[in-house]
Amino acid sequence: MLIELKNIVKNYDNGGVITKVLRGVDLSVDEGEFVAIMGPSGSGKSTLMHTIGFLDRPTTGVYLFDGENTEGFNDDELARIRNNRIGFVFQSFNLLPRTTVLDNVMLPLLYSGEKGNYESRARKALEAVGLGERLHFMSNQISGGQKQRVAIARALVCDPKVIFADEPTGNLDSKSGSTVMNILEKLNKEGRTIILVTHDKQVALHANRIVTIRDGEIVSDVLVPVSERVHSKEVKED
Amino acid sequence: MPTFLKEIKTTIKDLLSRKGRSFLTILGIIIGVAGVIIIISLGAGAQSLVLGQITKLGSNLVGVLPGKSSENGPPTAVFGVQIKTLTVDDLNAIKDKGKVPNATAVAPFVSGNITIISGKESVDTSFVATEGSYVRIQNIDISKGAFFTDEEARAGANVIVLGYDVATSLFPNGNEIGSVVKIKIPNNNPNPANLEISNSIPFRVIGVQKKMGTVAFQNQDDQVFIPFSIGQRQILGIDYVQFIRIKIDDAINVKTAMSDISRVLREQHRIKNAENDDFSVRDLADAIKVLTSITGTLSTFLALMAGISLIVGGIGIMNIMLVTVSERTREIGLRKAMGATRKNIRNQFLFESIILTFTGGILGIILGIFVSYIVSLGARFAGYDWAFIISPFAVILAVSVSIITGVIFGLYPALKAAKLDPIVALRYE
Repeated sequence: MLIELKNIVKNYDNGGVITKVLRGVDLSVDEGEFVAIMGPSGSGKSTLMHTIGFLDRPTTGVYLFDGENTEGFNDDELARIRNNRIGFVFQSFNLLPRTTVLDNVMLPLLYSGEKGNYESRARKALEAVGLGERLHFMSNQISGGQKQRVAIARALVCDPKVIFADEPTGNLDSKSGSTVMNILEKLNKEGRTIILVTHDKQVALHANRIVTIRDGEIVSDVLVPVSERVHSKEVKED
Repeated sequence: MPTFLKEIKTTIKDLLSRKGRSFLTILGIIIGVAGVIIIISLGAGAQSLVLGQITKLGSNLVGVLPGKSSENGPPTAVFGVQIKTLTVDDLNAIKDKGKVPNATAVAPFVSGNITIISGKESVDTSFVATEGSYVRIQNIDISKGAFFTDEEARAGANVIVLGYDVATSLFPNGNEIGSVVKIKIPNNNPNPANLEISNSIPFRVIGVQKKMGTVAFQNQDDQVFIPFSIGQRQILGIDYVQFIRIKIDDAINVKTAMSDISRVLREQHRIKNAENDDFSVRDLADAIKVLTSITGTLSTFLALMAGISLIVGGIGIMNIMLVTVSERTREIGLRKAMGATRKNIRNQFLFESIILTFTGGILGIILGIFVSYIVSLGARFAGYDWAFIISPFAVILAVSVSIITGVIFGLYPALKAAKLDPIVALRYE
């Protein structure tokens, strides 16, 4: 098992008022899976993803990542996991402003402490998302779809085991969204685990498994029949 | 390239991408550093100017002033206090070869302000009343005619030597020598006998001084020389001596001569104990010591003031850095999500403030050197023999203070950024 959550509880303390966001979640994800987490807003799906992605710590519960219990990990150890085992793709792209596409993709490498040619690795990651020719554009000079592809390249550059995508098509038109989903599918085919958070059923149907969460609890966890799966094509931009 | 260098490179790129704000941020540091450099440079320039002028007089001169003064403090006469304890008898005692064998020339001085009239022209200037020995003590060049002799001075001859500026304004045609000018006696002359005679005295011009320029902040061309006794009795109406200057045969005998002079004056004034001295005997080394300590204290004080402006500049940097941290909260969250540790984030902001203050320091040094240079050019243009001095100490001090300012005032915002929770930072709007 790559990810194993056992009875994960997450409470937020807002000045004495305790909000229960996750109420005992059990979830296992195997390597190579493509999981979509669905649920209405406020259901706790984003919190669940942040917890799985080590952006947030659970209040109680056990989280085994790649067989390791992460409970006692300190901030630096969590930063390491976020750096080279996990890649994030956000709804609002979160690229660094006033920075070139190439530099944005090189960012995680900067924190990896690894040796080697960062630039050629970043170029390769950008080629993998079809942006090998936009290296020196500023992040604000490219379209939304391209921004999200840069974000995917950035998530890929440290060669992580799992990619978390939080509403990756939420800010995109259908053409760009289709290209982004096509890339995620490709990455999954190459063996990378993808965990996708969405409220859009059509997007979720790209996954091979859909986990639905409501009021902080998993209410269904089903495999998507091969016949129902949606596949996106790469759409050339004008 | 090590991560460390990459981080610095990224920071520089980032700062350059918002040049306008970066520049405004470091303006305080630039001004503070430039201020320190300028003040230290000008202090050193002024000090070397004054010291140069003093040493030009020669190292074998001794001065006697009335009134006791402490070893390193300036003589009381400097502050304009009139002390009447030094007399012509004292002067003659010092002149006595047996008593101060190393003295080669002795000249008394009194001085004051007067008005000189020639025909319809009149000039307000200052006079120096002395003896013929003056020319052997002070380096003065006479361009026309001659300085008066000891005999002329003793006889109380009504002769006058004009400074260059005085000569040119009274005699634009250059026919000074042999002309007669009148000196108006100031109204504060306490001698009623003089008032009865007349209120102006005629003098025959016997010499004109060569153009000298300004020495020790005094225009040497705007003065006249007259024989001592006339200046003392008829113009000022006093019977004491304001200052005596003695030339010693050799610089190594200065200390011996000084103690001889002190002994003579104690005899004259019937003083048994040196603590009760009512006079001061100084050589140039003393004068240099006093001047160095005064200018040194002054420039330390001023540099301290400029240093305070550096601290104010540092607070400005902290302010901007705090704003920057909150503006870039989402970016910090993103960097943390990409694997940045607390240390990475702390360093990023710390480097940023250090690079800012360091750049400010460098620009401040350039500005400071530039302004100091312009001032030295101006001073030279105005006729001062001004040296352009940049002390490496001042430069090193200014740079290190600016870097330390960057660390101190950058640390708090940097730690604040480093502590941010990734998810809180990412959600920040």
